[in-house]
Amino acid sequence: MTNITDLTVAAIRDGVAAGTFSAVEVAEAFNARVAAAQALNAFIVTTPDAALDAARKVDGMRAAGNALGKLAGVPIGMKDLFATRGVQTTAASHILEGFTPQYESTVSQKLWDAGAGMLGKLNLDQFAMGSSNETSYFGNVISPWRRSDGGNTAMAPGGSSGGSSAAIAARLCPAATGTDTGGSIRQPAAFTGISGIKPTYGRCSRWGIVAFASSLDQAGPMARDVRDCAIMLEVMAGFDPKDSTSLDLAVPAWEAGLNGDMKGKKVGIPKEYRVDGLDADVAKSWDDGIAWLKDAGAEIVEISLPHTKYALPAYYIIAPAEASSNLARYDGVRYGLRDLPDGANLQDMYAATRAAGFGAEVKRRILIGTYVLSAGFYDAYYTQAQKVRTLIARDFELAFQHCDVILAPTAPTAAFGLGEKSADPLAMYLNDVFAVPASLAGLPAMSVPAGLNREGLPLGLQIVGRPFDEQGVLNAGLAIEARAGFTAKPEQWW
Amino acid sequence: MSVDTATVAKIASLARLKVSAGELEAMVPELNGILAWVEQLGEVDVTGVEPMTAVIPNTLRLRADVINADPLTGGDVRDAVLANAPAAEHGFFGVPKVIE
Repeated sequence: MTNITDLTVAAIRDGVAAGTFSAVEVAEAFNARVAAAQALNAFIVTTPDAALDAARKVDGMRAAGNALGKLAGVPIGMKDLFATRGVQTTAASHILEGFTPQYESTVSQKLWDAGAGMLGKLNLDQFAMGSSNETSYFGNVISPWRRSDGGNTAMAPGGSSGGSSAAIAARLCPAATGTDTGGSIRQPAAFTGISGIKPTYGRCSRWGIVAFASSLDQAGPMARDVRDCAIMLEVMAGFDPKDSTSLDLAVPAWEAGLNGDMKGKKVGIPKEYRVDGLDADVAKSWDDGIAWLKDAGAEIVEISLPHTKYALPAYYIIAPAEASSNLARYDGVRYGLRDLPDGANLQDMYAATRAAGFGAEVKRRILIGTYVLSAGFYDAYYTQAQKVRTLIARDFELAFQHCDVILAPTAPTAAFGLGEKSADPLAMYLNDVFAVPASLAGLPAMSVPAGLNREGLPLGLQIVGRPFDEQGVLNAGLAIEARAGFTAKPEQWW
Repeated sequence: MSVDTATVAKIASLARLKVSAGELEAMVPELNGILAWVEQLGEVDVTGVEPMTAVIPNTLRLRADVINADPLTGGDVRDAVLANAPAAEHGFFGVPKVIE
């Protein structure tokens, strides 16, 4: 029999329902695999008992002849940005070390209600701020992938959902949750040869997710293929009265609606994304993607998104501005760390606590955000950025008059080595150049594996869709997946 | 626009972040690099453009005006609220003395 840990979400769900194996057997297999992979540092805490408890419940329900949930018997990883009742939730920060939520996030609760079990809390960039998982207080996540040069350079798993991407690629879990503020699901998925979708803003409740930039933050699934993403997203999405930006819309049957036939569909290729000096392997994978979608019956049209080059600078005003407000809550009073120097007053305590509790990148963004919102600079920076954001969203609106989905690379390069970009914040920010525009416009967007570059590292292709058209995005992803034939997986060294 | 050491010190104080003189020195060029880069937004003609307020049109809902409309967030959960406080005393958050 195939190794259980090599199975997809769909295969595990179906196997448990059919009795091919028990949910407990599945949980035990993944628990063992997680325990043996500490070298990757993908988890901040592991919760083998939670996985087993959920599995026993599923096995009991099946034995009693009860109907099983959509994810019955599937153990998953939970990004440590989702509040989980009774299990430490840190956002990979020191300031929240030891924080034990008294409540469960809406998205994680929906997953447990559907029969999924929790293998543990996945590492990430601190407060989801980063593109390489190097800003975590709990250490870097190491990608299971290595360059094919025979060396052992530790590679970045992408970020901020780097624990999620590394764990799925290494077969430590069949699926995981991610969150995407400016590419944090798609870029790590691309770096590790897996799939991930950020739905339309408002599809998944933000309630119980540690906030970074509230107008951009959106949860979504990461898994090894498109079908598994559809299954996960169906469970994670849905209206929640506790999130004022939650969309009051029915959740479509995305899995049942999967169809890779692109006949009659138009695929837009944004000319502004073909930047000078685009990595040759990335450009080739993009051309491959175009050919695959043509082969699936789609018509290819060139489109223009003229404000593309302004998306990243607008993002690096808007996201830090929102972050500086959201992170004001970490004050050493209500939860988390408190640093109270001898004789300190309340103001000293705030400043000392925040200095000790936040990492360098988080402080950098709080300072930028505070500056652009400060009196005298607000209009020049923040209002201007929000106006540019309107223009970026309008670019997409106009483009979607001529096409159904947009195809582009997910990231400008394959994974880089840990430490190779961490000295220069700007170089790191530029890695999200293709991912950020869809975030600013609130659009559904997904990354699927396209192939390997000359160094043997995965490359991803990104599909962006109209608001609420996750189905169109998933279907185009499926058409690519069927033709890319991506079966590469990292050789186990850990 | 660029920032100097005094400006960064002021921002850090507004953001309630204690920074040492050495950290301050390192932050000035970093922040200036980022600010110089976002400056390019000034090139964009935004005449007649409204700043984005909601990326996906949505209406703001109001909850029912009753006590405990949502039992989870509605109240009567004092112990849960205080459970993670670094210093909870007598059912309150404890802080250093603020009134002499």
